[in-house]
Amino acid sequence: MLRLEGIDAFYGDLQALAKVSLEVRDGEIVALVGANAAGKSTTLRVISGLVSPRRGRVLLDDADLGGVPAYQRVDRGIVQVPEGRRLFPFMTVAENLLLGAHAERARGDRDRTLAHVYELFPVLGERRTQLAGSLSGGEQQMCAIGRALMARPRILMLDEPTLGLAPVLVARIFETVRTINSQGVTVLLVEQNVRQALTLAHRACVLESGRLVLEGQARELLGDDRLKRAYLGL
Amino acid sequence: MDPARRLGPAQIGVLTQLVVATVLLGGIYALISVGLTLIFGIMRVVNFAHGEFLMLGMYLAFWAFVAFTADPYFVVVVAIPLFFVVGLVVYGLVMRGVIHASHNVQIFTTVGLSTVLQNVALVAWSGDFRYVRPWHLSTVLRAGSTIFNLTQVVASLIAVALTLTLVAFMKWTHAGRVMRATAQDRDAATLMGIDTDRVYRLTFAIGIAAVGAAGVLVAPLYSVYPTAGLQFVLLSYVVVVLGGLGDMLGAMIGSLIVAAVEVAGSYLFGAAWKEIFYFILFILVLGFRPAGLFGQRGAGTLGV
Repeated sequence: MLRLEGIDAFYGDLQALAKVSLEVRDGEIVALVGANAAGKSTTLRVISGLVSPRRGRVLLDDADLGGVPAYQRVDRGIVQVPEGRRLFPFMTVAENLLLGAHAERARGDRDRTLAHVYELFPVLGERRTQLAGSLSGGEQQMCAIGRALMARPRILMLDEPTLGLAPVLVARIFETVRTINSQGVTVLLVEQNVRQALTLAHRACVLESGRLVLEGQARELLGDDRLKRAYLGL
Repeated sequence: MDPARRLGPAQIGVLTQLVVATVLLGGIYALISVGLTLIFGIMRVVNFAHGEFLMLGMYLAFWAFVAFTADPYFVVVVAIPLFFVVGLVVYGLVMRGVIHASHNVQIFTTVGLSTVLQNVALVAWSGDFRYVRPWHLSTVLRAGSTIFNLTQVVASLIAVALTLTLVAFMKWTHAGRVMRATAQDRDAATLMGIDTDRVYRLTFAIGIAAVGAAGVLVAPLYSVYPTAGLQFVLLSYVVVVLGGLGDMLGAMIGSLIVAAVEVAGSYLFGAAWKEIFYFILFILVLGFRPAGLFGQRGAGTLGV
């Protein structure tokens, strides 16, 4: 479904990604793991179009997204929940969610999708008239995921959705990701909770200093010695 | 105390007259300022050429009056779409290149645009003072002891209606939500599929349409000349800072305050002094409440 081929990306002179190639197949959950500054977020930003790669291609269903600006990629079904949630803090929860359905593909079904999001996250329904900036961290993350779902994504990219959340909320978010995936949405997940991410995901890619160093079935990686030493503290 | 200043029926009449004058003037100032605060709030650009678009609106009213004896209040209907298009064109030619540049570059750009427009007007239409004199300028309205001419009242009513329409547009339409979202977090807006360049173009065009319409409305009340915009743009900076940069409702209240200071100052000390008073107010606000009279810093900016 989604393929990256030999991506090189830079911030100024600083190389963030080097020859990264990876694939996300229809219906999968793929976890992207690695240390800080390994290039995980950059990978997502290249896919969503916020960062233009210097070399390499991003392909969606074999169509090159090279000339497609970020805002048009949403209409093709690529939707990113950015790191730090990035809600519109001075707008209400409902306004945030409605903005999620800005893309043409989502506009017609807006009300139905909204009902679905409120069903998935009842707390958002209760707080719909509250300013998004006044929500707790967990609620904000739910609002950010809900807003992304409003765009009716084919592939949902989540950047550190559990960062800074209490363990019970972390479990809740992971459970939600599983539910969303079971409803037919492909998921690309960037996570620091490596063990939980690998338990949830079908496959995983490991980035190190901007390079893809390991790729495989999540279950097998969970038993991989290198990964254990590096990220699971075993 | 001077017996003429003691509070009797005559003085109450004067007070009412001053209050009504404040409201009428404030309504017009609101429409002038709201475009400035909108452009700043969404685009983070201070448009120093704002007054020149007002001046162009005044000339539009003047020439329409000369050529077709068109009443300025009908010309407004044409002015809004016309200045919207002017805004789109100026954005494409001038603003788009600097929208992501530093503030310095943006300031030089809009100041340059201001100078260009003033001098184009000077070359095209000379420096003569021109006047628009529709029939209603000499129609007097009386309510109790207060007296106003019809022009002023209608101008103010239209200005307030347009301002409120704009505020409602920002608050309750999808396009308004999209504009506010872009102001609050441009990258997040992009990730929602919002074409932010288009939002900036639209914002600029709406701001210019508002100030162009205001120019048409004020044309009969003031003389028309190439630098006529300056007197208004200075006070609209005061209004916008009072209300909090980017805060449209704040700009409406700020307009009333500036109008009150101007009206009271003109009455007590003479019209020549009015600017002194609102600039003193300006300095006080900058010194003590730089985020505006109502602001938490930034909150209003991003809210509406």
